[in-house]
Amino acid sequence: MPSTPRCFRVHPADNVATLLDDAVAGEAQLVGGETLPIHEPIKLGHKIALSDMAAGQTITKFGVPIGHASRNIGRGEWVHLHNCESNFDTRSGGLDLHTGAATDTKYE
Amino acid sequence: MSEVTPTSWTGYLRSDGRKGVRNLVLVVYTVECASHVAHAIAAGEDDVHVVGFSGCYDNQYAINLMLALARHPNIGAVLSVGLGCEYTRPDKIADIAAASGRASDWFYIQNEGGTKPSLERGRAAVRRMREQIHRDVPRVPMTLADLTIGCECGGSDGTSGLAGNPTVGAFFDRLVDAGGNAIFEEIVEMIGLREVMLSRAANAQAKEELAHAYDKAVAYCQAVRQYSVSPGNFAGGLTTIEEKSMGAFAKSGSQPIQGVIKVAQRPPHPGLWLMDSVPDSHFMQFGYTNPNDTEGLMDLISAGSQIILFVTGRGSVIGSPVAPLIKVTGNSQTYRRMQDDMDFDAGRVLTGELSLGDAAAELERAVIAVASGTPSKPEALGHREYFVMYKHQDTPPLQIGCRA
Repeated sequence: MPSTPRCFRVHPADNVATLLDDAVAGEAQLVGGETLPIHEPIKLGHKIALSDMAAGQTITKFGVPIGHASRNIGRGEWVHLHNCESNFDTRSGGLDLHTGAATDTKYE
Repeated sequence: MSEVTPTSWTGYLRSDGRKGVRNLVLVVYTVECASHVAHAIAAGEDDVHVVGFSGCYDNQYAINLMLALARHPNIGAVLSVGLGCEYTRPDKIADIAAASGRASDWFYIQNEGGTKPSLERGRAAVRRMREQIHRDVPRVPMTLADLTIGCECGGSDGTSGLAGNPTVGAFFDRLVDAGGNAIFEEIVEMIGLREVMLSRAANAQAKEELAHAYDKAVAYCQAVRQYSVSPGNFAGGLTTIEEKSMGAFAKSGSQPIQGVIKVAQRPPHPGLWLMDSVPDSHFMQFGYTNPNDTEGLMDLISAGSQIILFVTGRGSVIGSPVAPLIKVTGNSQTYRRMQDDMDFDAGRVLTGELSLGDAAAELERAVIAVASGTPSKPEALGHREYFVMYKHQDTPPLQIGCRA
């Protein structure tokens, strides 16, 4: 594994990139592009913001809208359930950030 | 794997002209009460697979599905087992299999006198039919043009849309160029992609079919408040159904989409097809569409797929009866962690070790090896999961009663 974790932008219109390695705080190297600051651990397969985004702004990956920012997001920030919401599925906003586990089903 | 790619192998010719890559005996049961007997008949026999429907009330979708599996090109013989009380008729399944040129037999457990005589009767029927199909089914050369291959993904993560599904998409491009059939499904995992999908339509008719199927899928998801995205997907970095959808859609490659087929329908002509497995609106309400990955695999096999590609990121250990399942992961960590279950590491595309084109060519060689008789990893491990559910699709409304 390279010392600097890599991230990949699928489409030129995307404002997020996907981590190709597990990253801890420090920097990530956008494949064929700039270096991004990382302030928190981001795992392989997860997304990093390529620019500052205002709440409500469309989040684009693969060149298509994958949802919108549910609060302001800074460049280099982890983009996931806590700051990105689907334009269709309202349940996903209520899931556990780290495990994705449902919090709205009763077991007792 | 050999550097020289064979382009032809030997398969099994069925009397309808279709060619199979396996020559299997299928035991079909027609109610849950017959499931133990069916499984006990098949136990320990690699070439005897089981599917069945658990409901006592019948269901047109389930019957269509089982009839499609009984006449699947990989199936040479069918034994149909009922209890004796249920709506679904094992004799009809056996008759239709026989009319398609398959060896077939059936019985009711009640008429045989219970479990033990049924096992004797069933095991004897399997031995007899196996000998018959080994002796009588003609062997013929096959190429990629004879293949129908279905693909679905499950346990997806952030690598699935970058490596696993694009590798299958690039292979599907090659398969269609070679004259074969490629089927992708999971339209409930194409949410948010209406324009992207429609732009791929081969013609105006296909565009209309895609638009109808998409709109129905969105209406379905809104009505049942279920989107096809799971905790494992979220933990793997996928945040929304739209994001998962675009990754899933990548498995369709870049060829024009010829149109939409429904469960148990074969593609009318070669090319790339979308399978719509979403229930139609019905007085019993929609019900559920893909309650698990296995249900979708059954739908793809019902369209005649001789081989199934299954793309995973997080890792999955399912297989399938009737058609061997080849497991592809775009996540090299998962490949290493679950190497006994994973056939293909497409994660090498992300490290730069392989180009997408090279990965597709290597996957094609793996498909040809399995078509030639080499067991895929799930097949060798004995994975034969199946799931036949109540569903309403292309079903005429029942006039009487409230059958499920």
